[in-house]
Amino acid sequence: MTTLTDPPAESFKLSMLVYDTRYRSYTFQIIALIGVLTLFGWLTNNTVQNLNDLGKEVDFGFLSTPAGYDINQRLIEYDNQDTHLRAAFVGLLNTLLVAVLGCVTATIIGVIVGVLRLSSNWLVARLMTVYVEMFRNVPVLMWIVLAMAILIESLPSPRDFRGDTPEATMKLFDTVAFTNRGVYVPEPLFSRGIGDLSVFGAFGISLDLIAIIVVLIGSFWVAKRIGRKADATQEATGVRPRTWHVQTAVIILPVVILLVLLGFHLGYPALQGFNFQGGTHMRNSLIALWLALSLYTAAFIAENVRAGILAISKGQTEAAAALGLRSNRIMNLVILPQALRVIIPPLISQYLNLTKNSSLAIAVGYMDITGTLMGITLNQTGRELETVLLGMLIYLVISLIISGVMNIYNERKKLVER
Amino acid sequence: MKKSVFLGALTVAGLAAGVAGAATLDDVKARGKLNCGVTTGLVGFAAPDANGEWEGFDVGVCRAVAAAVLGDPTAVEFVPTTGKTRFTALASGEIDILPRNTTWTFSRDVDLKFTFIGVNYYDGQGFMVPKELGVSSAKELDGATVCIQTGTTTELNLADFFRVNNITYEPVPIETNAEAQQQFLAGACDVYTTDASGLAATRATFENPGDYAVLPEIISKEPLGPLVRHGDDEWADIARWTLNALIAAEEYGVTSANVDELASAPTDNPEINRLLGTEGELGAMFGLEPTWAVAAIKAGGNYGELFEKNIGENTPIGLARGLNAQYTDGGLLYTPPFR
Repeated sequence: MTTLTDPPAESFKLSMLVYDTRYRSYTFQIIALIGVLTLFGWLTNNTVQNLNDLGKEVDFGFLSTPAGYDINQRLIEYDNQDTHLRAAFVGLLNTLLVAVLGCVTATIIGVIVGVLRLSSNWLVARLMTVYVEMFRNVPVLMWIVLAMAILIESLPSPRDFRGDTPEATMKLFDTVAFTNRGVYVPEPLFSRGIGDLSVFGAFGISLDLIAIIVVLIGSFWVAKRIGRKADATQEATGVRPRTWHVQTAVIILPVVILLVLLGFHLGYPALQGFNFQGGTHMRNSLIALWLALSLYTAAFIAENVRAGILAISKGQTEAAAALGLRSNRIMNLVILPQALRVIIPPLISQYLNLTKNSSLAIAVGYMDITGTLMGITLNQTGRELETVLLGMLIYLVISLIISGVMNIYNERKKLVER
Repeated sequence: MKKSVFLGALTVAGLAAGVAGAATLDDVKARGKLNCGVTTGLVGFAAPDANGEWEGFDVGVCRAVAAAVLGDPTAVEFVPTTGKTRFTALASGEIDILPRNTTWTFSRDVDLKFTFIGVNYYDGQGFMVPKELGVSSAKELDGATVCIQTGTTTELNLADFFRVNNITYEPVPIETNAEAQQQFLAGACDVYTTDASGLAATRATFENPGDYAVLPEIISKEPLGPLVRHGDDEWADIARWTLNALIAAEEYGVTSANVDELASAPTDNPEINRLLGTEGELGAMFGLEPTWAVAAIKAGGNYGELFEKNIGENTPIGLARGLNAQYTDGGLLYTPPFR
């Protein structure tokens, strides 16, 4: 009779770290981790050491000193006695402005071009191909510089508007001036405005604008409620009550009343001294950058859209056609909603690209975050490491926010499966 | 994301790593070439000619230093820098010396950790306008659009000037002189402001220089001088005394034409003898040939010759000596003795 004994517990031997598959992967991962950490440590140490040798320790104190330089385009109040931090903030807002404008325009152009590229009209499809290939294959910096050069060279300068028989005149019933310094358009003014809302005492947001937006959102919500009610009535009785006139009135009337109450009127630009005064000045640098970035990114988005549409089986089109839908309704109601699922993920990276490409702004003298914080501030204070790290951090945060928001949108557009 | 941080760190480390090498003189000798930072193109000061050869007043300083150190005025690698990139280029060791219309200021000297080795041009910031605007003083520029190179002291002076005079302006920031020219000529800005010498040089390249006027106001002191990195005093000495040698040579009447003759045998002026190495051991004191100054002067001539050839009154730029005359002629050029 034999007694069963437990197999002897296998003792851990050092060689098992290499020869035992259970441990081997850990060994290599830990070695790699140590290697990476050493490299980072060495880089950091080297940088800090060298900066210390130069007598330049890392110090962000410069951010609170007066900047001393002026910025032409600013969305918040700023003058040259404000701090470098505020100058950086002005630049950040300019970056965000061109990024938002660019993303919106690029999406609109991109979707239209992408759809048209699949058009059965030979000429239209080929023209769109030419557009896509032209913009996709030339660096965006060239387009930015070209756009700026065209604006500067082809438009009249303000002094051409002067005199009894001026070489140039204002367009659109004398309300808009196209000059080589930018476009001057009428600005909204409120004679009985309700002032600004101060945010942390740092800058003000127009309460007039907030009021208008709130009223508009409210109106749209009410209009939607009316629409829902009409839907319910239709479901119940089969007859849809006529609501469009009520909805239009609900949307338009409150805003008009509010505008009258606020004393809304337009301020027109007029030539005064060296420049046009009054009105809103859209600088050439902004227009050139916006135009070039949108057209460039739109070419990529168009390809994404085309890919998304081609990913939808042809049967969907045929089925929709069999139901009697016309081709533009097929596109809007059947194909595009499904194609969105394929389009959105690459679209996110196009938005990120556009935002990051906006750092080329200095080529046309647009004062974005690269131009202020990592440009003039860097130069005037000599704090390369601090400003560049700060700038990288800011771009990182902007990009992560864009990704986050777009990912939420993507999540909502996903096919819901059981 | 990880990757970009990593690459960024690499860049920063690379930037900082270049600083470590201390003995610039040894580096230059080992390389056999002087890396000299210049503008991206400002006629008269530093610009490539039709054959791609760099020439100009600042280029003359580069060549003189190269001749003094390496004995060969052509052993120079010219690195074009913008107002924004110049300091990083110098701090990172990409260039050995930066003679690039750079204003000597307290914060650049002290905070940016550079050593200015002297002044090769006493300048001041001015304004250029088209004559058709009918402006005769900078104080009439209220509301004007002003083209300005970013990353320069002119940017700060401009802000100060308009603030002090309580008038407004619209700045148009620009990277290089060429872009500024394009915008100014097209009328996208009313005024172009930079150092008065730069204005004269820029105007000289216009099709109709007569249509443009430089306003009388000079709103700042802009002593332009070559600079080197902090911490290598020997290299700073070499650069400083090469510049001084060019200025002294003019004072003593040593020109590129007669320098060989004067250096062949001791003259009866001991100052010239020490400068040209026929007496004393000045060159050996900072590790150069005794004839270092001879080579420097032969490279492009003395200070006066460089001035006349590149930016003087007989050139299209047409600058008068003014403050940049020898102290004996009522100017500010005054070099310490060679002794």
